[in-house]
Amino acid sequence: MTTDQPKIKIRGVRKSFGPKTVLDGVDLDVGRGESVVIIGGSGTGKSVLLKCILGLLQPDAGSIRIDGQETAKLTGKARDQVLHKFGMLFQGAALFDSLTVWENVAFRLIHGDKMPRRDAREIAVETLRQVGLSPDVADLMPAELSGGMQKRVGLARAIAAKPDIIFFDEPTTGLDPIMADVINDLIVACREQLGATTLSITHDMASARKIADRVAMIYHGRIIWVGDAAAVEASGNPYVDQFVHGRAEGPIKMELRR
Amino acid sequence: MNLNFLAIIGRMVLSFLRHAGRLAVFTVVSLLHCFTPPFFLRNIGRQMVEIGYYSLPVVGLTAIFSGMVLALQSHTGFARFSAEGAVATVVVLSMTRELGPVLAGLMVAGRVGASMAAEIGTMRVTEQIDALTTLETNPYKYLVAPRLWAATLMLPLLVLVADIIGVFGGYLVGTYKLGFNPVNYIKRTFDYLEFVDVFSGLVKAAVFGFLIALIGCYNGYMSKGGAQGVGQATRNAVVGASILILTANYIITELFFSR
Repeated sequence: MTTDQPKIKIRGVRKSFGPKTVLDGVDLDVGRGESVVIIGGSGTGKSVLLKCILGLLQPDAGSIRIDGQETAKLTGKARDQVLHKFGMLFQGAALFDSLTVWENVAFRLIHGDKMPRRDAREIAVETLRQVGLSPDVADLMPAELSGGMQKRVGLARAIAAKPDIIFFDEPTTGLDPIMADVINDLIVACREQLGATTLSITHDMASARKIADRVAMIYHGRIIWVGDAAAVEASGNPYVDQFVHGRAEGPIKMELRR
Repeated sequence: MNLNFLAIIGRMVLSFLRHAGRLAVFTVVSLLHCFTPPFFLRNIGRQMVEIGYYSLPVVGLTAIFSGMVLALQSHTGFARFSAEGAVATVVVLSMTRELGPVLAGLMVAGRVGASMAAEIGTMRVTEQIDALTTLETNPYKYLVAPRLWAATLMLPLLVLVADIIGVFGGYLVGTYKLGFNPVNYIKRTFDYLEFVDVFSGLVKAAVFGFLIALIGCYNGYMSKGGAQGVGQATRNAVVGASILILTANYIITELFFSR
């Protein structure tokens, strides 16, 4: 997949909170148009990695290149220009609950791109249709929606401005298996329509199998295995094996106590 | 035991310094964003209605009873040295200089400061603030600056209303209960009232408004750890704003009237 320079190139990223090291030298490449899924247990640093790439957290060390541009230390306007390429679906959807559904979806169009509200609304309604929601949802408040619908609205908000790169933070967590599969299908469909590069984190293997071209496993703040999605079942790596098959016994010991 | 005690004091001092430093940085960053575009006028408008209009009933009730009790108390107190005639003057000076801004400030701190901390705190713990950033919108500009503008602009208006209602409360008790002549009472009210009395109260109100919004936003913005963290932020917002209001009240009074 990686023909030219990678879309996202991460080298030696470290991040600690006080004495606790969360990322301990992460290296990862995501090619243009590729879908990479990072798997790993809770508390292994998956979310922190995404937040470092987005600039919500500043890494302590290392390099993060987006389209060849070094972004690890950017702030202000320069950071906004980089963020323009990104869309993000948050774990809990993170919809703005003081705004209606369509205002959520159109948020970036109205505030970032200064589009007139009327035009932005049309695009929002169209985007809602893409994720399988009817136009009459547009005027509801997020609190009136079910969890699955909120996820769809979050997805619509992430893709409304047609970003190059989309991040998914545990897109299927907290959904029933059927709704989870619907969201997986939507993610695949969105990627095909937009031709976007996607990076997802999940601990749901069904979701990973469905949306990934490549899978990377993170453990103790490092990427310990990367390979094609098809190879994940027979990786030969005992850590990956244990995780993929969900066994309590194996080299990964749950830290029940700190 | 002794060492433990010292350790506790040391931790408290360090924690205080950490908070003071964070608040100082937060204040400077927020102020910078207050004066640089883009301005979210829709948000400013919404906050102005929330802070100004919806606080009217509670501020009005506080003011009218304060004015009434002020007339009653000063009348019975001043009767001891035959100075009942000063009731109207005492009511209007107390209301405009002190009680109007301080009581309105404290009520708004409880009503608005708490809700700001709770709302922004919830947005923090549900990642809505991170979402704002990823949508290329600066949370300081979108959330904090509008609240600072709205509170600083609306509190003086609220206090002006509180002044009028408070004086009216004093008038009601003075004329209906204490037997003052209405015309005389009104004349007495304005005889000794100077511009600076009202003006100092309005300056106080603007400062209090700024402090309420600042402390509310700060506590919400820094909150973490789910429902408990938001609860803590709300409490800290009300307590912090109240203490700062009373402190600032003394300082501003000193600046205006001590010569």
